[in-house]
Amino acid sequence: MRGATHAKWAALATAVALAATACGGGDSGGGGGADGVVSSSWGDPQNPLEPANTNEVQGGKVLSMIFRGLKQYDPKTGEAKDMLAEKIETTDSTNFTITVKDGWTFSNGEKVTAKSFVDAWNYGAHLKNNQKNAYFFGQIEGYDQVHPEKGDPTAETMSGLKVTGDRTFTVKLTQKFSTWPVTLGYAAFAPLPQSFFSDRAGWLSKPVGNGPYTIDSYSKGSQMVLKKWDAYPGTDKAQNGGVTLKVYTDNNTAYTDLIAGNLDLVDDVPAAQLKNVEADLGDRYINVPAGIIQTLSFPFYDPNWNKPNQAKLRQGLSRAIDRNQITETIFQKTRTPAVDWTSPVLGEDGGFKDVCGDLCTYDPAEAKKLVAEGGGIPGGTMRISYNADTGSHKEWVDAVCNSINRALGNDRACVGNPVGTFADYRNQVTTQKLTGPFRAGWQMDYPLIQNFLQPLYYTNASSNDGKWTNPEFDKLVNQANAEADTAKAVGIFQQAEEVLRDDMGAIPLWYQNGSAGYSERVSNVTLNPFSVPVYDQIKVN
Amino acid sequence: MGRYVARRLLQMIPVFFGTTLLIFLMVYSLPGDPVAGLFGDKGASPATIAEIRHKLGLDQPILKQYWDYISGIVFHFDFGTQIRNDRPVTEVLGDAFPVTIQLAALAFAFELVFGLTLGIVAGLRAGRMADNAILIFTLLIISIPVFVLGFLIKMVFAFQLGWIEPNVSNDQLLSEMIAPAIVLGGLSLAYVARLTRTSMAENLRADYMRTAVAKGLPKRRIIGVHLMRNSMIPVVTFLGTDIGALMGGAVVTEGIFNVKGVGGLIYESITRREGSTLVGLVTVLVVVYLITSLLIDLLYAVLDPRIRYA
Repeated sequence: MRGATHAKWAALATAVALAATACGGGDSGGGGGADGVVSSSWGDPQNPLEPANTNEVQGGKVLSMIFRGLKQYDPKTGEAKDMLAEKIETTDSTNFTITVKDGWTFSNGEKVTAKSFVDAWNYGAHLKNNQKNAYFFGQIEGYDQVHPEKGDPTAETMSGLKVTGDRTFTVKLTQKFSTWPVTLGYAAFAPLPQSFFSDRAGWLSKPVGNGPYTIDSYSKGSQMVLKKWDAYPGTDKAQNGGVTLKVYTDNNTAYTDLIAGNLDLVDDVPAAQLKNVEADLGDRYINVPAGIIQTLSFPFYDPNWNKPNQAKLRQGLSRAIDRNQITETIFQKTRTPAVDWTSPVLGEDGGFKDVCGDLCTYDPAEAKKLVAEGGGIPGGTMRISYNADTGSHKEWVDAVCNSINRALGNDRACVGNPVGTFADYRNQVTTQKLTGPFRAGWQMDYPLIQNFLQPLYYTNASSNDGKWTNPEFDKLVNQANAEADTAKAVGIFQQAEEVLRDDMGAIPLWYQNGSAGYSERVSNVTLNPFSVPVYDQIKVN
Repeated sequence: MGRYVARRLLQMIPVFFGTTLLIFLMVYSLPGDPVAGLFGDKGASPATIAEIRHKLGLDQPILKQYWDYISGIVFHFDFGTQIRNDRPVTEVLGDAFPVTIQLAALAFAFELVFGLTLGIVAGLRAGRMADNAILIFTLLIISIPVFVLGFLIKMVFAFQLGWIEPNVSNDQLLSEMIAPAIVLGGLSLAYVARLTRTSMAENLRADYMRTAVAKGLPKRRIIGVHLMRNSMIPVVTFLGTDIGALMGGAVVTEGIFNVKGVGGLIYESITRREGSTLVGLVTVLVVVYLITSLLIDLLYAVLDPRIRYA
């Protein structure tokens, strides 16, 4: 017993001594240059790290490092470029023949073939695998059999997918979708090695992919160590020796570790620190547009909010919101006032255009007039619902309400309606319990104007929570999807957007930026349009 | 003595079922659907939601769910699976508890050593300089909220003096735990000091003390055995219940210092409506409370010879 006590003291003394030596050392990432290791803040991924099951940024960070799909989005322009795809051919925008490049392998040595893709997609679509991104495969023929809306699946694989050779396979869609190949850069379409299907649990504890990094070790809830894969066949080889993702309980603690020199990269600068960020980091702070738009949706399922003349009411409310002031004072310019329903990351060629115009410009006098013409606010007071547990929703909802109340000269026109938790909020939204406008956010899945319009405003689309419906809009979307020429398709989508504008199916508020801060140890840090750091390009000084 | 302990252990069984059922019902009555929350702002396929709910057993009636859960714990030591991330709850608890126990043990040692020392010094010199100084010091600690103390310590020692690392790293070294342990144990330290002081100052005037002095016993024996033993009873009661509080109530401290322990996990589980994780956490904490309170009751008999357990 006495011996044990001594041992404990010795251990404690050693621990103290170790700590003392560690203090001066700063980051123990090793040398600089091509072997230097980047440490980056991370959050526990919400879902198991399967490609078709990851729908949030934390898991997305890992997938962006260990997987490469048929297409890869250019980190700067968002353009979908061929990665593993040698060619994707179609004559009718419905049947696609895909050829996979030769020479690609997974990091365990297995060749990436057409089968690697087809098996992965069939796995992702199947109902019994509970994959959260299953709907991505919804356009492929046979999806209804493996993922029926009710009842059990009647097939194991999708009939629209056929392996026709070692490196070729064909895809048949249920309807024309000319820009479908652009969607293939999304992580859900990544290939999977056979080891995934033979030993899923083993694979999940240490995922194996075909990207520029391999996973060296993964302790759930604490950290993941990724090493550069030297034999990576792609052109976007990692510029550093590896990346260590460290889980932080809170983005404030991550930020303090960045300032203390214990961390190289924080990709989510806390709102409370935005005022100090210039002083703390200088030009080592990035604030760039991301493919995220925040809107205010209306409950069109509620008869009070679905009267014939109410487009004017919604337009009036849109003009009553002082977007410039709110994005400057509340968000410290980490949001950009919206001028359409898409995102600036699409670029002008991709369909970003000032469609909203005057209707998104603050004009209290005009707002008051339009609201009155539109029959006034139903019930005299509207309650904007939001979830109070994440983000700074309370601050901006209160600011929006203040702006509306000031414009209308009525203190009771608008109030916030906080819902305690996100789970409860989403539940109320999806079960149509809300009787007033509610906040909505959309992060793009792939940089296409289609992705900003169809899932949100098409009749009964998966994320059309407000149940807005307009036959003209639906018709234009169908027409655009069938159009083979991309520029023409974008033009038709913009026409659809104008229909949406005229009825003000949702009020666009602002585009969300991605923000990041980094230490002096690293350089060439950028964020891609999905606000995920481009890890492979980071250089260690 | 043996029969008493056996009886107390048997009493734990209904308490265990009662608390778990209560927590289970409370989590169940929280609004919202945790599975729908997994899909973010995007619309989810109702078929996938139904399938996940079925897999997790969330589509069963509440009492059936409780029965499945409890029988899993009792017969297979299986606490179920997290809704988020698909991780077994035993694994999640296994990650969080060692960290928290380390932190709580350090905090406990800190409050025990310093709290008692300050209390004894103040108690023996009641009404004099040292007593007043300790009174002011403890008042100060009690009046500063934990998060202020946490940030102050972080700012001064980590950023200005550079003596410590600002956050606990993923290796969770014992040395990194010292600062959070001081913050966590600070408040209890003040309480322990004041309890000890009051109880000692009071007992100094007791009859048995006068007798001991009159008998001519050496001062060390009078204070060390007669005074201390009797004065420790309220302090021990406080310390015992404090163990549980240190383990479960460290949400703020854990957040400030990036400690991935039980406090933060409880908070997360509530906001995400993770029933199985929350009940698992609370179950372990309830067992900790039950065992410490039994130990305290047994300690009473050691401290006060008049107490006997048949």
